[in-house]
Amino acid sequence: MIGAMLSEAWLAMGANRLRTFLTMLGMMIGVGAVILILAIGKGAQFLVDQSIASMGSNLFIVLSGSSTSGGIRMGLGATPTLTIGDAQAIAELPGISAVAPNAPGTAQLVYGSNNWSTQVIGTTPSYLDVRDWKLSAGYPFSDSDVRSATRVALLGQTVVKNLFGDEDPVGKTIRIKKSPYQIVGVLTLKGQSLDGRDQDDSVLIPVTTAQRKLFGSQFQGTVRLIMAQATSAQDMPAAERSINQLLRQRHRLQEAVESDFTVRNLTALANTAAETTRVMSVMLGAIASISLLVGGIGIMNIMLVSVTERTREIGIRIAIGARQRDILLQFLLEAITISIVGCLVGVGLGIGGAVLINQLTQTAVVITMSSVVMAFMVAAAVGVFFGFYPARKAAHMEPIEALRYQ
Amino acid sequence: MDGEPIIRISGLGKNYLTDAGPVPALVDINLVINPGEFVAIMGPSGSGKSTFMNLLGCLDTPSSGAYSLNGTNVRTLDKDQLARLRNGVIGFVFQGYNLLPRVNLVDNVALPLIYAGVGKAERNRRAQEMLDKVGLGKYGDSRPSNISGGQQQRVAIARALINRPRLILADEPTGNLDTKTSHEIMSVLTQLNRDEGITVILVTHEADIASFANRLVRFIDGHLAHDGAVEYESLGTHA
Repeated sequence: MIGAMLSEAWLAMGANRLRTFLTMLGMMIGVGAVILILAIGKGAQFLVDQSIASMGSNLFIVLSGSSTSGGIRMGLGATPTLTIGDAQAIAELPGISAVAPNAPGTAQLVYGSNNWSTQVIGTTPSYLDVRDWKLSAGYPFSDSDVRSATRVALLGQTVVKNLFGDEDPVGKTIRIKKSPYQIVGVLTLKGQSLDGRDQDDSVLIPVTTAQRKLFGSQFQGTVRLIMAQATSAQDMPAAERSINQLLRQRHRLQEAVESDFTVRNLTALANTAAETTRVMSVMLGAIASISLLVGGIGIMNIMLVSVTERTREIGIRIAIGARQRDILLQFLLEAITISIVGCLVGVGLGIGGAVLINQLTQTAVVITMSSVVMAFMVAAAVGVFFGFYPARKAAHMEPIEALRYQ
Repeated sequence: MDGEPIIRISGLGKNYLTDAGPVPALVDINLVINPGEFVAIMGPSGSGKSTFMNLLGCLDTPSSGAYSLNGTNVRTLDKDQLARLRNGVIGFVFQGYNLLPRVNLVDNVALPLIYAGVGKAERNRRAQEMLDKVGLGKYGDSRPSNISGGQQQRVAIARALINRPRLILADEPTGNLDTKTSHEIMSVLTQLNRDEGITVILVTHEADIASFANRLVRFIDGHLAHDGAVEYESLGTHA
């Protein structure tokens, strides 16, 4: 019986092709929009997740500054108050697994006839642990390199590309601000940071070399910031408190005096960014599902017209033995068929649109099976929901009145 | 069951509710029809004969009285049970043929079998058999709009017969047809009545159509005014 009804639903839809198509169009656009937006949202989320992973996990950043002198408050990092000693002390704290001081600056690099301006970060070998950054070639500089302020460097991929092209840089010597530095290793590709900065456009050198030989500051032994990694996400609040305590002690700050440093929980910031992306995509998805709702209302509208137009047919069917549920099922099947066919085309449109956007704008898109299945189920549910009232109306017709209908 | 009357009606009444109160359309009808009878129902417009046919066909429910069809007390049945009864016992032939326009003739004829729960292969086989029987076997794939009115009425008769009913209710089956075609349709009905013993009840305005029947029932103003054998004089006076 279902088979016979399906083929009748197909016939009924074929009887007025334009109308059926226009009705389906609502579902197509709705489902297509939902799939497309979910794909773009998931793509954005994927990028954010990737940047979070590239940043390193359970990360604190301790910034030096802000100090106040004579009522004038300076910005963060304006006065270098953090030292390598601070970094070493933080490393001793429980709940901290790795610490890397960070003395960055910008310098011009020269190799042969190529030159390139980039960020040079003075740090210690544990920087690689904190950032979860591996080497693709060579080896990292050592703690003894840091102690003796050797002129050695690790290059990021972007720097390698710009200075060396296809040449192997390991063992070569480049000039940073005219002094020679030996390349001991090359970092793996890291990609963009959360704020869109190219993390591969950087050079790592021992922090002592940076302080004494490259940037030379009036505050000897200071660093701009210290990166610290907590042993786990659960340890982060306790670790943050003990870093604060330790540094206030080391900097000999009185109770009432404002701290001359700031501890930031980077992971929390990143999670906020991820949460924001997620909320955005859910919200856009919700807006797109409104078009599904509108599509459903379109189906109901057309089904009501169809039921009225076919009043006589319904009368005939009831007269020759159709029960109420037979009529109900017939019109319900018709609505569901319209909805599901529209949905199938919509899934195609959505996926096609996502691929097209990916091709044209390089925007990351991620199409998941679950979003397709969900859109499909919602569409079927819309068909049942909005098809039910017209179908019920048909099923409850009185045969003699229906037969009299012209 | 053959010994029992197929239709037994006693004290049947039907009122229509209007704003001015109930208006009686049928008053105290008593009628017994036995299997194998061929009954013509006549009467002027508004005499209640169409209302009566709707009640006979279980398409409408009486306001009072008792109606038993094929041994079943119709008044105790709900809508779906009535649908099942119509599907299994009654074949309808309407004045306007009432075929489904979008569907080909085989599927039109097979329609009652869908609701009887018969499988597709069996439906098509029996529908083709019925079309052959009414002489339209070649046109199974045609749409109703591509054949003549007389042919459409034959298809409607095939549809009425497909679930092997005991009773055929024909509401002015020849009302839209010319005399020659009308007589062809009537000879089909007569044949079914005579050769297969199917009870036929038909409503008509025309005396020559009524003359195919064995028994004449006449309605006037909602009352059963005449019930007897078909005689030429009784046809002539009021037709």
